[in-house]
Formats: sequence, structure tokens, C-alpha cells
Amino acid sequence: MSVSAYQRVKMARDNSRPTGLDYIRNLFQGFLEFHGDRRYGDDPAIVGGVAWLGETPVTVIAMEKGHTVKERARRSFGSPNPEGYRKALRLMKQAEKFGRPVICFVDTSGAFCGVGAEERGQGQAIAENLLELSTLCVPVLSILIGEGGSGGALALAVADRVWMLQNAVYSVISPEGCASILWKDAQKAEAAAASLRLTAEDVKSLGVVERVLSEKDLGKPEFYDRLRVLLAEELDALAKEPDLIGSRYQRFRRLGVPGGAKEQP
Amino acid sequence: MALLRFLKPKNQLEEGGRAAAPVQQDDGEPEKTCPNCRKDIPLSRLWANDLVCPCGYHFRMKARQRVRMIADRGSFHELFTGVRSENPLNFPGYHDKLETVRAASGEEEAVICGTAAIGKQKCCLFVMESYFMMGSMGSAVGEKITSLFEYAIRHHLPVVGFTVSGGARMQEGLLSLMQMAKTSAAVKRHSDAGLLYVAVLTDPTTGGVTASFAMEADVILAEPGAMVGFAGARVVEQTTRKSLPAGFQRAEFVLDHGFVDSIVPRGEQKTYLAELLRLHDRGSKG
Ligand SMILES: [Zn+2]
Repeated sequence: MSVSAYQRVKMARDNSRPTGLDYIRNLFQGFLEFHGDRRYGDDPAIVGGVAWLGETPVTVIAMEKGHTVKERARRSFGSPNPEGYRKALRLMKQAEKFGRPVICFVDTSGAFCGVGAEERGQGQAIAENLLELSTLCVPVLSILIGEGGSGGALALAVADRVWMLQNAVYSVISPEGCASILWKDAQKAEAAAASLRLTAEDVKSLGVVERVLSEKDLGKPEFYDRLRVLLAEELDALAKEPDLIGSRYQRFRRLGVPGGAKEQP
Repeated sequence: MALLRFLKPKNQLEEGGRAAAPVQQDDGEPEKTCPNCRKDIPLSRLWANDLVCPCGYHFRMKARQRVRMIADRGSFHELFTGVRSENPLNFPGYHDKLETVRAASGEEEAVICGTAAIGKQKCCLFVMESYFMMGSMGSAVGEKITSLFEYAIRHHLPVVGFTVSGGARMQEGLLSLMQMAKTSAAVKRHSDAGLLYVAVLTDPTTGGVTASFAMEADVILAEPGAMVGFAGARVVEQTTRKSLPAGFQRAEFVLDHGFVDSIVPRGEQKTYLAELLRLHDRGSKG
């Protein structure tokens, strides 16, 4: 296998990949979509609501890029505004109240970049999700299905389990952005992609995801059937977890512990 | 104070944030040119005024100088000094970059943590360092800040933190991104323990630091004129291809939009923080 990291980035961005709504429609039954953050508006870049996973009610939240040109523009190409993150948090809190597990599908090049997004507190919206998700008392499982673009992706991925599609990528910055900042040359994106360790294999070796999902039959019924079984098994396991919040804390606590960190006073 | 007409600072995010070089005056006294009022101000005068120009412009300040300004004399005890980023991804050029920055800044990492007293009020204190890769957050910064909140929980202490950051440190890839989740979880535990956290946002506070612990404090203060945002102003301008509103992402603009509690000039910060700590000091009420 000699697929380069940058080729993976291109595969992850491919318009023909299944999007968040494809997963929702194919994995769950009876999805009811709930709109709005109750504060400002409704962000079409994030879709959320309740559905059945077999016999279990779950809250599902997905970033949605859309497939057609018109749809993609309407959904800001899957780049959420602050109200998208606030809607997601509202639905997570609702899940907590009613004891439902939360399943998130992450697919974004990053949080929306614009004057309005900044004025309405893009940073604060993401920060609040990170803060609140860290102690949400129901199981949270996030799946990176395409692009995992920085803080905008992480806002739906502070979870008990994080899974990643074989050709999805997860990165602190886009390879193009990295190359233009560090080397003043966006053409060096290939080198940046390789250095950033953003492929599923790399991300798993860094300990950031637990499972890499094969893309065999991607988008076909067999693919979703397999994934549905895995989800049900994992939610069963998480339901038995004695200290969910403590384990979630440790899951992130041990990531990136550099030299010199030792027992504390 | 009136909204100052600040000039857009040049992008210093990756260049270690060198301040304008002092110019030598005829009589030998070194001066610095203020980017706001354009006057040459004698360095001695700036130093006597915590690096604030008479016009109100706040120059960037080294972290240790800020510790001296904020903490009661001799009260600061530094913690987690050995924690420093290596090069976990073997990112090209990062090892050398770290060496250079360490030599130039005299700091091991982009944040200083410890315990201190501010107006006799004991607290945990962190101050980020703009002269260390523009305060970018890698594993070590995340680890030190997380450890400080954990220390504060164990010792029932409030946390005061000064932020300055260009965002997550890209040379550590996803490990840098994960520090946003790691620090946020520690802030939440500290908050759930009923303890106070005050953040003071200084110029510039952007990216992954804004989208994590900078915006998670109980009380969020900002220095006058500080740039505070998620996406950098230039990136927003280039992406939207529109001119930005006046004062975009400046502290005064962010205050108007409801995301900071108050703007506190440098000269008033110590008194302000001491009073905030006193207001939340349950010990003193018995
Ligand atoms: Zn001036």
C-alpha cells in the first residue's frame, strides 16, 4: 500500500463520500431532526436529533457537507458556525437528561471562518463544547467519516470512543495551511501532510482513536450493517463502564505527556 | 477609555514575536516607537509604566516580567519547570526551532506556571509567553496548564491565567489539538470543585487557546487593544474577501459582543485581581 498522506487528504475531501446524513439515514431508524440552538439560529452545517439504533433511542449529531453544489453552499461545506456547536451542545444536554447515548459524525475542514462567526463567539462556542462534553454523564461515541479539521472537528469528538474511517484524516491544521505558514509555500502541502501524521493509521498510533474502520463496501448496505453491529456492541460495553466520566478524563489526560512531566506535588 | 486607533500588528505568530528594536537617541537614551501614537518613547519611561505608552498602547510583555508585575514580591513559586516539548512527531525543523527559541527567550516552554500571592491572596498563576513561538500550545503547554488546574483542585486554590497565543502548535500535530480537550477537562473539574478561575486575555489570544481555556473562565478580562478571536483577522479577510469592521477582534469589539467581562488596563490589573480573589475567598469569611 503506497497511498500518500496527501492522497488520503484528497480522498477524505471527495464529494462522493457518504456524508453525515447518509450515515444517519442508513444506520438508524425513525430519525427525527431537531433544529436550532435556541439562542440565535439554526446551522445547516450540523444536523441533529433522535433516532433508534435497534431497540435503543440515541441522540445523533452529524456535520453535513451536502452532495450537490447548491446543498453544499447552503450547509457552508460542513463548516459549522457558533450556533451549530451550540445546537449540538443543546442536543447533548438533552441526551444527558433522558439518558440516551450520543453518537457524533465528524466531517469538516474546520469551523466556519467569517466575520459573523467571530462576532458570535466561534472560539467560545467550541470551548464550551469541550468543557461540557468532558463531564457529560452519558456515553459519547464519535466517528470521523471524512475530514477532521482542527478545533472545529474536536468540538464533536471529546468522546469515550473515537473511531475513524480508513481514508478519513484528522489534523490540527490543513496541510495547505501548514505549508503556507511554515514554509511560505502552499505547494508543499504534500510534505506537510506527511509530517502532520494525519492518516487513520497515524492517528491510531498516536492513541487519539481506538478503532480504524475499513471502507470495504463504503456506502453500501453491507457497510452500514457492519457498522451498526459495532456501534451496538460498543454502546453495550460503554453502558457497563463503571466510571464513564473518570475514564473519559484519563483518555484525554494521557495524550501528549512530554518529558519532564512527573508525579506532582 | 476611548477606543484607540490601533494599527494592525504584523504577523509575528511564528517568528518568536520580536518586539520593535529600540532606537538610539542622540543623548544616548534608548527609545521605542509606539505603533499607535508613532512617538518615540524612552525605554526607561516605558519600563516604569509596565510597558504601557502614555497614549495607552500596551506593548507586549515577557511572561516573567508580568509575573513580577502581578505577584507579590517573592511570592511566586514556579511549578512543573522540567516539562518541555520534544519533537513527538519528528516534525522537520522543529527540534532546531525549539533550540533556537529556548536560547533566544531563556524559557523552556511557552507558559510559566506556579503559585503566587496577589495582594496577599494565594492562587495558582499561569502566564503564557509570547516570545516563545507566540505562545503556541503544544503538549508541554497543555500538560503544564492541566497540571496547574489539578494542583489547584488538590490545594483548593483559585487560578489566575494570562493568555497569549497564536493557537495550537502545528509541529506537534494532533497532540497539540488534544491539549484543547485535556486542558478543558481540567478546567471543568476545577470549576465543579467550586473554585474560581480568572483569565486575562492579552494580545493576541487566538485559535485553539481561545477555543479552550481562555474562554472557559468564570471571569474573563482583557487588556486594552488585545486581539481576541478564533480565526486570525487576516485569514478572515482573505477567506471572505471583504474589509473587516472597524476594531474587529480587538478587546473593545469582543466586549461589545458579550464575550469578555471587562477590559482592565495593565496598571490596574493587580488591584483588580486581588479584589476579585478577595470577593471569592470563602476562607476569609470563616
Ligand atoms: Zn503611544
